[in-house]
Amino acid sequence: MAGSDIAATGGRTASAPAAAGEPRRRLSGGPFWLVVPALLLLVAVLGLPLAMIVMRSFAEPRWGLQNYFWFFGTPVNLIVLQRTFVISAWVAVVCLVCGYPYAYVMTAVGPKLRLALILCVLVPFWVSGVVRTLAWVILLQDSGVINSVLRGLGLGSVRLIRTQTGVVIGMAQVLLPFMILPLYSVMKTIDLRLVQAARSLGASPARAFLQVYLPLSLPGVYAGAIIVFILALGFYITPALLGGPRSTMLSTLIQNQVLSLLNWGRGGAMGVVLLIATFVLLAIAAPLMRQPHRQGERR
Amino acid sequence: MAPSGTRGAAIDIRAVSKRYGNFAALDNVSLHIEPGEFMTLLGPSGSGKTTTLNVIAGFTEVSSGALEVGGRSVVGVPAHKRNIGVVFQHYALFPHMTVARNVAYPLGLRGISGAERERRVNKALDMVKMVDFGHRYPSELSGGQQQRVALARATVFDPPLLLMDEPLGALDKKLREWLQLEIKRIHRELGTTFVYVTHDQEEALVLSDRIAVFNQGRIEQIGTGRELYDEPATLFVGKFIGDSTILRGPAATSGGETALDIGGQKVATAGRLANGGTPVMLLRPEKLALARPGATAENGRNRLSGRVGEAIYLGSGSKYEVVLADGSKAIVRSGLDAESFAIGEEVDLLFSGGDAKLLADDATADLTLT
Repeated sequence: MAGSDIAATGGRTASAPAAAGEPRRRLSGGPFWLVVPALLLLVAVLGLPLAMIVMRSFAEPRWGLQNYFWFFGTPVNLIVLQRTFVISAWVAVVCLVCGYPYAYVMTAVGPKLRLALILCVLVPFWVSGVVRTLAWVILLQDSGVINSVLRGLGLGSVRLIRTQTGVVIGMAQVLLPFMILPLYSVMKTIDLRLVQAARSLGASPARAFLQVYLPLSLPGVYAGAIIVFILALGFYITPALLGGPRSTMLSTLIQNQVLSLLNWGRGGAMGVVLLIATFVLLAIAAPLMRQPHRQGERR
Repeated sequence: MAPSGTRGAAIDIRAVSKRYGNFAALDNVSLHIEPGEFMTLLGPSGSGKTTTLNVIAGFTEVSSGALEVGGRSVVGVPAHKRNIGVVFQHYALFPHMTVARNVAYPLGLRGISGAERERRVNKALDMVKMVDFGHRYPSELSGGQQQRVALARATVFDPPLLLMDEPLGALDKKLREWLQLEIKRIHRELGTTFVYVTHDQEEALVLSDRIAVFNQGRIEQIGTGRELYDEPATLFVGKFIGDSTILRGPAATSGGETALDIGGQKVATAGRLANGGTPVMLLRPEKLALARPGATAENGRNRLSGRVGEAIYLGSGSKYEVVLADGSKAIVRSGLDAESFAIGEEVDLLFSGGDAKLLADDATADLTLT
């Protein structure tokens, strides 16, 4: 639920620099009512339940901070909270490493191949998350495809299912499109003649990339990384199916409190802690994104 | 080798071809550029002029042929090791760097830092009159200002050769004319060899020591603006440089004279085509004169009757479009003191045979120009 909120922030940081050079267009009040339906929906399905969760975390079973004292007083909760952030960060890193070259190639190829690459990114969206995760169970398990191949090559076997590595692999696969699409949308606006200019001025291909292309693609990197990270924080199905007791994420604990123990107060408190921790992290990361960076004129 | 004393590098392009599958972007192009020369590559789009520039810069590798800069072969040398300045049509300033950092960029790559770097950045910005804009970002500058910064960036590391790819193409006319003079001045100050790509023949005439006219991947002619205008080697060059009138008709060659039949009237000039082909006559507007029908004219002049289709007053004179008997059009320029004619008036078109340039007809010359 926090995810959609912050994903929107990520999107804005990506597009803001591009608009910096243009004169700002202001609405004269008239068309503002056009946002009302979306606003009502957000308030109804996001704002109200969120408010109720926050309230219940203080109100159940009686008014007070007991749910928060319980959360921070129970070491296992803190370990899982930390693990949730570490796994999400790893997922963002894996998505970035896989997605950056992919998005770059998407900008460099012809229209037909680009369409094929976009389809490859989008097709997983049309397959249910549960089905995809179950496919990963088959691939990753001890007698699964990956380990069979490794054993066949005489490389021994790796324990993947019910480990953090397995969870990261599965989550990265599900979240990769959220990295690739913002990266692509920024990269396709980068003028490749800038790289050519850097080369003519004496920059080797590696330097031209590091000093010109990479800085210009950073808005996409930040946007993609933040979207993936935030979505990963709230992931439930994939870690629940691929993970084991040592890779439990906070969402599993929340589900356990709310649905198994019917303890809405504690579940709500965990949700609120996750939300606030996310905001704190974003506040720390925000200055990074506000580097002086302006797009040149394009015709 | 470039003679010592000049800072520009000589360029030697010998029999260079660039093929993409069956298509030859460059077809056996040879071109020698003197150290410190201002050479313009002129031609319509797709004629190979930009490909030639990219080949010199190292952005495109040749399919065959030899390419030397400053006496050293650069075939296979990557772009960043050629030490050649390039100015692009769309400026290509780094949007995430200030003007000063843009200009300092090539110096940083060459390990020049501190006071020396600052001195050279200032000198380069001073040359293009942009010293006060060092802290600005490219997006805060106008097109002309951005192009001046790009010029400073491409020359700050003292390259012996500067390539410019339609650098003024995106600017309006007034700014373009002013920057043309700035580029001429900078060329004089630096002594660097300039290779300039444009499709604008006026710009080529204003700027260049010599012009190479490109058409369909080949060089049609290399020469000074005057040579190209007065002595075009091909019909394409004649039509591309300046205004021209082309006379076409059944030809008859007798002795040393070639005559054309233009809608029943004969015009003649001394000489004949050396290499065969269908002869046509090319005439420059100022070599043509208009007279009222029946008025007496000097002996030996060719006379064609026609009708004024368009009359334009230019201030320094007038320009007429005359429709001839065979339906073709002639362009005539007359001085201030000449008689004036009205649209629709019957006139006689007069010219001396010696002013008509005899060229081989070339249907592709019309195709590529329209």
